[in-house]
Amino acid sequence: MTLTSYKYADTIHRCFRCGYCKFPTNWADVNNCPAYARFRMETYSCGGRLWLIRAWLSNEIEWTDHLAKIMYTCTACKNCEEKCPLRFNVDIMNMITAVKGEMVERGLIPSQVKDFLENIQRQGNPYGKARAKRGEWTEGIEIPKYKGQDFLYYVGCVGSYDTRAQETARTLGKVLTKAGVSFGVLGGEENCDGNEVNALGEETLFEMMAEENVTQFKELGVQKIVTLSPHSYNTFKNDYPLHDGNFEVFHYTQALRDLIQGERLDVSRGLNTRVAYHDPCFLGRWNGEYDAPRMILNAIPGIELVELEKNRAGALCCGGGGGNFYTDFLGGSESSPARIRAREAYDTGANILAVACPNCMTMLEDAVKAEGLEDKIDVKDISEIVVEATGIA
Amino acid sequence: MYELKFNENECLSCVTCDCLTKCQYMDIDKDTARTEISKIINGEDSFVLHNCVTCYACEEYCEKGNHPFYLIVERQEELDIPPLPKPLIRRGIQTGIPFRGEPDIYEAKEPALCMGVFSDLLYLIQGKLFDGLSLISMDPRKMFHYFCQLMYLHYARTSVIKERLPKIIETIAKHNATEIVFFHDECYGTYASYAPAVGIEVPFKPVHLFEYLYNRLNELKDEIKPLNLKVAYQRPCSSRLCSDKHHFVSDIFNLIGVENVKREYVDENGLCCGGTIQGQRREGSRLRAADVQQRNIDDMVNAGTEVCVFNCPACFNTLAALVNRRGIRPVFMSDLCRLAIGEEPAGWR
Amino acid sequence: MDHVKEALAVIVGEEHVSTEPEELYIYSYDLGTTEPRRPDYAVAPRTTEEVRRIVELANQEKIPIVPLGGGLSLAGLAVPLQGGIALDLKRMDTIIEVSEKARYAVVECGVSQGQLTAYLEKNHPNLMHSEPGAPPQATIAGNVAIHGQGDLAQPYGFNSDMVNGLEVVLPTGEVCKFGSCAVGANWYTQHPLPDVGLFLGWAGTTGIITKVSLKLYPRKKIQGVGQFVVEDEELIPEIIYRITHTEAAHDVVAFSQAIPPFASGLHHITINLSADSEKELDFKMELIFDDTLGEYIRSGDGGFLGFNRGLQRPQISKTADWRKGGGFEYVGAIMPVETYPQCYRRGREISERHDIPYTVLGRVIGMSHAMMFSWTYAFNRADLETIRQAREALHETDDLALELGGTIWKPGIYGQKLVLERIDPNTLKLMKKVKQLLDPNGIMNPGNWEVS
Repeated sequence: MTLTSYKYADTIHRCFRCGYCKFPTNWADVNNCPAYARFRMETYSCGGRLWLIRAWLSNEIEWTDHLAKIMYTCTACKNCEEKCPLRFNVDIMNMITAVKGEMVERGLIPSQVKDFLENIQRQGNPYGKARAKRGEWTEGIEIPKYKGQDFLYYVGCVGSYDTRAQETARTLGKVLTKAGVSFGVLGGEENCDGNEVNALGEETLFEMMAEENVTQFKELGVQKIVTLSPHSYNTFKNDYPLHDGNFEVFHYTQALRDLIQGERLDVSRGLNTRVAYHDPCFLGRWNGEYDAPRMILNAIPGIELVELEKNRAGALCCGGGGGNFYTDFLGGSESSPARIRAREAYDTGANILAVACPNCMTMLEDAVKAEGLEDKIDVKDISEIVVEATGIA
Repeated sequence: MYELKFNENECLSCVTCDCLTKCQYMDIDKDTARTEISKIINGEDSFVLHNCVTCYACEEYCEKGNHPFYLIVERQEELDIPPLPKPLIRRGIQTGIPFRGEPDIYEAKEPALCMGVFSDLLYLIQGKLFDGLSLISMDPRKMFHYFCQLMYLHYARTSVIKERLPKIIETIAKHNATEIVFFHDECYGTYASYAPAVGIEVPFKPVHLFEYLYNRLNELKDEIKPLNLKVAYQRPCSSRLCSDKHHFVSDIFNLIGVENVKREYVDENGLCCGGTIQGQRREGSRLRAADVQQRNIDDMVNAGTEVCVFNCPACFNTLAALVNRRGIRPVFMSDLCRLAIGEEPAGWR
Repeated sequence: MDHVKEALAVIVGEEHVSTEPEELYIYSYDLGTTEPRRPDYAVAPRTTEEVRRIVELANQEKIPIVPLGGGLSLAGLAVPLQGGIALDLKRMDTIIEVSEKARYAVVECGVSQGQLTAYLEKNHPNLMHSEPGAPPQATIAGNVAIHGQGDLAQPYGFNSDMVNGLEVVLPTGEVCKFGSCAVGANWYTQHPLPDVGLFLGWAGTTGIITKVSLKLYPRKKIQGVGQFVVEDEELIPEIIYRITHTEAAHDVVAFSQAIPPFASGLHHITINLSADSEKELDFKMELIFDDTLGEYIRSGDGGFLGFNRGLQRPQISKTADWRKGGGFEYVGAIMPVETYPQCYRRGREISERHDIPYTVLGRVIGMSHAMMFSWTYAFNRADLETIRQAREALHETDDLALELGGTIWKPGIYGQKLVLERIDPNTLKLMKKVKQLLDPNGIMNPGNWEVS
């Protein structure tokens, strides 16, 4: 592909590389682009990436493994788009996804990304674990199958297959049951939502997945969906309508907030502890939801909610997006964004680092261990905090 | 060219000379008023032309609708006695120049709402009150194609208004709406008062925003929950050009259950926000503006005001931070109405 | 892998050296119109010790070193003109110390402007530093090294006037300290010991600054900007003189630009004020806008546009998008304030001749001792003709600055040549001696300030 057939050929040159994309809202450091935080070379910042895209597409540089890796270290956290002061900023995420798409089409992708996509195609999850095992997370608890209830409780790949995240999937199920919500899960019949596939640029595969899911949901009569993961929330809410999938979509923190405020969930038992909340990118910057999780935590007696220095639109990504929770391009160093975040959480003096995303959960829990902080701070999902505050067994 | 429809005889035979005797910024008795009005009519210099703060109020005070303020502004220009320094005038005139390409002309279904040069405030136009409205002037880059120009009354430049306004009207008319609600009170005043006063044809019917809001609130009456707030209304200068619509302020307040606090500077006695006064040439203008603002806000505070309701974005830009510092919440009228029907207003910070 | 890369990897770790085409491509570029030149290595050290070892290696191997901070000089000062090592110093980003009572901060060379601002706001809200208009990724050390100016330039001078001390790695690898820190005391004063002047304004050709102690200033509770506007540029020097006489203001900037239309042909003056109380603010407002500038208002020659609270950081990078083109560069010159009218008129003429909407600005330094006058030329990176026009306009403007009796602030190669042609011959001789003494192998940012 030459520059002329690239969708953003008209605007790709507009990046000035001024560097605003590296910063959080309060400029506390230059480490708010997770890839730049990890590698600290200009090429890994958003500006560097955009200049390299232009250079590749106008044949000033050739494709290499290294170029591909630079592109795929982008976790799609949207910090850059949020901070860029120039008017073309609305297209930044799309510009990077479009070039990833080009690389996918030509087979010019890192092997880890190739594995990710092939695993999804074959087994419906990026881990490559057997499709048949997808529903195993429901074993041992009573959780209804979806048969037309009010809500489809959609779990996603990480919640279905990662051991730690499975715990949160089960916990949330218990909370919803306790609150008397009419819901059901798809279990083994659930398919990957495709959010990461989309972020990795595999447009065709994503389209197929979205259409299949939309068909399945419609056949089952799904109207409302509550998701465990903000990644699922994002794609169902923003991408699926373009594939004829118009559902009322909630992230579970929005549902729990409503249940607590509507007095259908009693958190009065409380929990005496100091909590810091980490804003997940696909709930926060991508969808503007910063308040629901905080309202839940503030509603629980005994919780002292402290803010991480970089919070809300300035939050540092855990480094798990864009498939990186699997491809792990940003791991292996104390400069890994997850480890930086773990240290930032520790600095607040909190006992618990609260998360609202299974990707963040796995990334940050590993990071806390790598930092040797597992005796000092626990990583917990909000549903797990709520379960303690309600006294549900 | 367009000439101000001013009736000299009406003026000379006026018994009260309310236009000048009621002026809040100059202390003028009836005899002095007579003398000065004659001078102004004859195109002679008068202290009134030098000391007028351009608050527009005399347009309302004149019971004969004889446009005393528009006349003052014409004379100021003719005699080169502008209230503002030359660089501010030039800046103002240049501000109105559109420079980011031509506007997107499309068919606007009715009801239509025109944002004028306040496309940046599009975020206020949400919710049930504005459901189904077709919007004109949504793009901040093109908004000066929809600029009503009436601001230049503060600059002694009716020549600029007369020169540019026909084209603006033409652009708006291209959207093919016959009835248009205007977001900014001053736009409404342009099309309902100024244009007819100088003989510029307006091919659409202007609708006052507050009239629109009042009617819409009535349609949604079942959803209104009384707000029980103590409010003060900041009456903008442009409201003097359409005083027949001023009653909608109380009408709306009554409908949504807010108390319009009893204070001194209300209705005919309302005070200008001071935004244009602070830059005027006359000695002491900066402090004069500060004094006007202080009296206005002290008045609000003493009456127990909780919320200051704004009509005009220029008043808002001038006063919102000031009222806020005195513990009063600033809000646009439309946002207050949204609150009344249980919505979360965009500007409710 | 070549042996130099291996050696660098041993010093900084494999992850912090690159010879990949992607890194070399990006580090070839300045963000302005300077032609790119490729380095051979991109290296990002973390400590002074690593920098020292890299310099030793470069001397051994006779490889050029080009130190860079934010890389925002926009004059090509960090473009590796003769290849070599592009030394990205931004990993050295520790704020070492802030002294509240002596009002200074000691920072490593990679600490960014934004980082220091955030740190002070959170931990020392009574202190502020003189922040330049550049994006927050510009570094403290880089800005000091090029004699930058920030929003406390009036009344406190250049940022290089705000240095209490430096730690420097010399081109031959020794690490030295200058200022009180050199005698083991705190980093609170530069004087009266031998000077740091050897490292400021030399574009990295005499050594690498690894630590800076920067003076800080009182931060008052109320901060804001008052604006004044005139039409006649001839009035500006006198107005600036009078405002500075009050000693009541901070940053004073006069600007004029073709776009947006409201500014064209007019001269806006922004005047930063700070106060700890409404009383103090009222007093300063009266002093400046009524007593000092009232005469212009009454005569109708000057207009007061109001006072807005809060200091907004200017997003100058937006200038890059004026031609939807992702690029701009400017000539910054240090000019006598009285030259403002000609700087404006002649600069406007150059812009218009090159089909670029004119943008000029003068920031007062000290008590009207000088001003930094900038002529900005935006270009479209995707249209080579606009880059050529901008480059031509920049060169003409460099010539203009000197013609009008000024000096060029942080000249690129073209401007350096012009200055070197005019400089006192004995000063030139001394410069050559200094460079030979400090950098016998000529490895430090060669191509810059080459005194032949």
